[in-house]
Amino acid sequence: MSEQQKREMSDETVIRLVGMHKWYGDFHVLKDINLDVKRGERIVICGPSGSGKSTMIRCINRLEEHQQGQIIIEDTELTNDVKNIEEVRREVGMCFQHFNLFPHLTILDNLTLAPIWVRKMPKKEAEELAMHYLERVKIPEQADKYPGQLSGGQQQRVAIARSLCMKPNIMLFDEPTSALDPEMIAEVLDVMVTLAEEGMTMLCVTHEMGFARKVADRVIFMDGGEIIEENTPEPFFNNPQNERTQLFLSQILNH
Amino acid sequence: MAEKYTPGTHPDLPPPKNLVGPAAWIRDNLFSGPVNSIMTLFCLYLLWVIVPPLVNWLFLNADWIGTSRDDCSKEGACWVFIDVWMRQLMYGRYPAEEIWRINLSYILVVLTALPLFFKAVPSKVKGALAGVLLIVYPIVFFYLYVGGSFGLEFVETPRWGGLFLTLVIAVTGIVASLPLGIVLALGRRSEMPVVKSLCVVFIEFWRGIPLITVLFMASVMFPLFVPEDLSPDKLVRALVGVALFSSAYMAEVIRGGLQAIPKGQYEAAAAMGLSYWKSMLLVILPQALKMVIPGIVNTFIGLFKDTTLVLIIGLFDLLGMAQAAATNTDWLGFTIEGYVFAAFGFFVFCFAMSRYSQRLERALDTGHK
Ligand SMILES: Nc1ncnc2c1ncn2[C@@H]1O[C@H](COP(=O)(O)OP(=O)(O)O)[C@@H](O)[C@H]1O
Ligand SMILES: [Mg+2]
Repeated sequence: MSEQQKREMSDETVIRLVGMHKWYGDFHVLKDINLDVKRGERIVICGPSGSGKSTMIRCINRLEEHQQGQIIIEDTELTNDVKNIEEVRREVGMCFQHFNLFPHLTILDNLTLAPIWVRKMPKKEAEELAMHYLERVKIPEQADKYPGQLSGGQQQRVAIARSLCMKPNIMLFDEPTSALDPEMIAEVLDVMVTLAEEGMTMLCVTHEMGFARKVADRVIFMDGGEIIEENTPEPFFNNPQNERTQLFLSQILNH
Repeated sequence: MAEKYTPGTHPDLPPPKNLVGPAAWIRDNLFSGPVNSIMTLFCLYLLWVIVPPLVNWLFLNADWIGTSRDDCSKEGACWVFIDVWMRQLMYGRYPAEEIWRINLSYILVVLTALPLFFKAVPSKVKGALAGVLLIVYPIVFFYLYVGGSFGLEFVETPRWGGLFLTLVIAVTGIVASLPLGIVLALGRRSEMPVVKSLCVVFIEFWRGIPLITVLFMASVMFPLFVPEDLSPDKLVRALVGVALFSSAYMAEVIRGGLQAIPKGQYEAAAAMGLSYWKSMLLVILPQALKMVIPGIVNTFIGLFKDTTLVLIIGLFDLLGMAQAAATNTDWLGFTIEGYVFAAFGFFVFCFAMSRYSQRLERALDTGHK
């Protein structure tokens, strides 16, 4: 069975945002967000700085709270119920712009922390799992080092491996390559492409348009807290409908 | 002069010779210019004036052997005084035939703590030993010191004194203030208004009053409101006072560390599904505490020296005992020796804490930033 078929078969919605609004004090940061993501879909979110991209994906694992509308992750609606949130977070991995590895722990301990303390996995098993994912991101030899001793690109790959150790069903990426030197961007994108090809459900905030063209099922453009345009990559890049999308694309593609 | 190499073939060369070695160090650090040279010479002069008389008084002219003040020549320090009063300075009026109980506890602590200093000892063993030191020993030692059970003679706390009392108060304060301080610091940063207000009020109250007042209230005012037979022992009241007082300071030191942890660390911990307490214990506190080791040890050292204030409620710690000995009619006038000895005692412990903290900082350094 090909990856394509697999995705079509499991044609279920795993993330559903319905009329979602969010405010920071008086500031209306997200306005009427509606979004359905199917299992295995790869979505790239782009838009100018301050348009609410981070806020939106952080609402999905409730690092930020929304105030109106619904967020449903795999049949669980996000409410104030703490148990609920921790359960959802177990299934939703997240990678940050600044990696956020734990500097006091070795790479291996960074990876085994959540499997041991959240999934209650025996230490040995967790370490095997961690080594497996470190090999996947091609840095098993760094297992005993501390995050401070690694390059930015290596740290971000460790961060991805750390999320994968929880065997998440969904991965969120918030500008994973924006803090990296140019020569390190490719190594991180490679890992993300592999992940996408394996059928992981992904939401990526990124301005790497090559990546978007290559793996995205849909590209979403946000501005001013709204989803302005949404399309498959080819028409999105070649024939954007909205003026603001056209302006944005011309800016990032011709700089 | 400098050789020319074609680009891309430049070898790694050793540093120029005249930049290294002791002669270069002395020139660079002590005589680098006229002002620096004058300062260096002035400091040398000061040392020459101060050090020889001090050494004479402390060692060369000092009297070491004897049993009464007549054995002292008065030209140097009379260490006979310290020698005669040694037992009181160390243990207060703790019965002589029971002192082995205190010494036993010292030996146990040293033997248990020693493996913590060796890298080869596995961290699991170290954790267990630390647990014994911090949880088991306080309970065991309580029964050991007080007695009255397990066939041990009862020794009432007014007989405790000297360095022993200093250590009891300081260690109780230290062991209690760290966990209390952590809880208070977390509470003060809590999003629950009631918890937060309680912690703020507690911290500000204890930080706002002098320790002398705390001790005085504990020993003088407390009995006014609470009936005699219900009120706990005077030492216990002082211990509680000291512990609460220092936990307020500790809380603020730790809060400083918590605030210095980037928001991303909290978020990463939350995003992987760790609960509040797990993310605090596994991710945030290890980093925050490590960051504020200097502040924590500073508080410990302050606390250690503040124990001398228990003199005003009639408890005789090391310093109190030294003062009391110098007012004994047979030994009037040996206050200086008493103070020097007490100062030496305090310095040894405070300096050891300071060194240990530096060691710890180095050991915990993971090359971050
Ligand atoms: N904690 C916050 N409090 C107030 N305003 C915020 C906060 N976080 C973000 N914002 C504002 O919300 C808007 C959207 O931010 P963000 O989602 O980070 O944008 P993006 O990721 O698209 O650059 C920005 O204008 C930002 O200034
Ligand atoms: Mg952002």
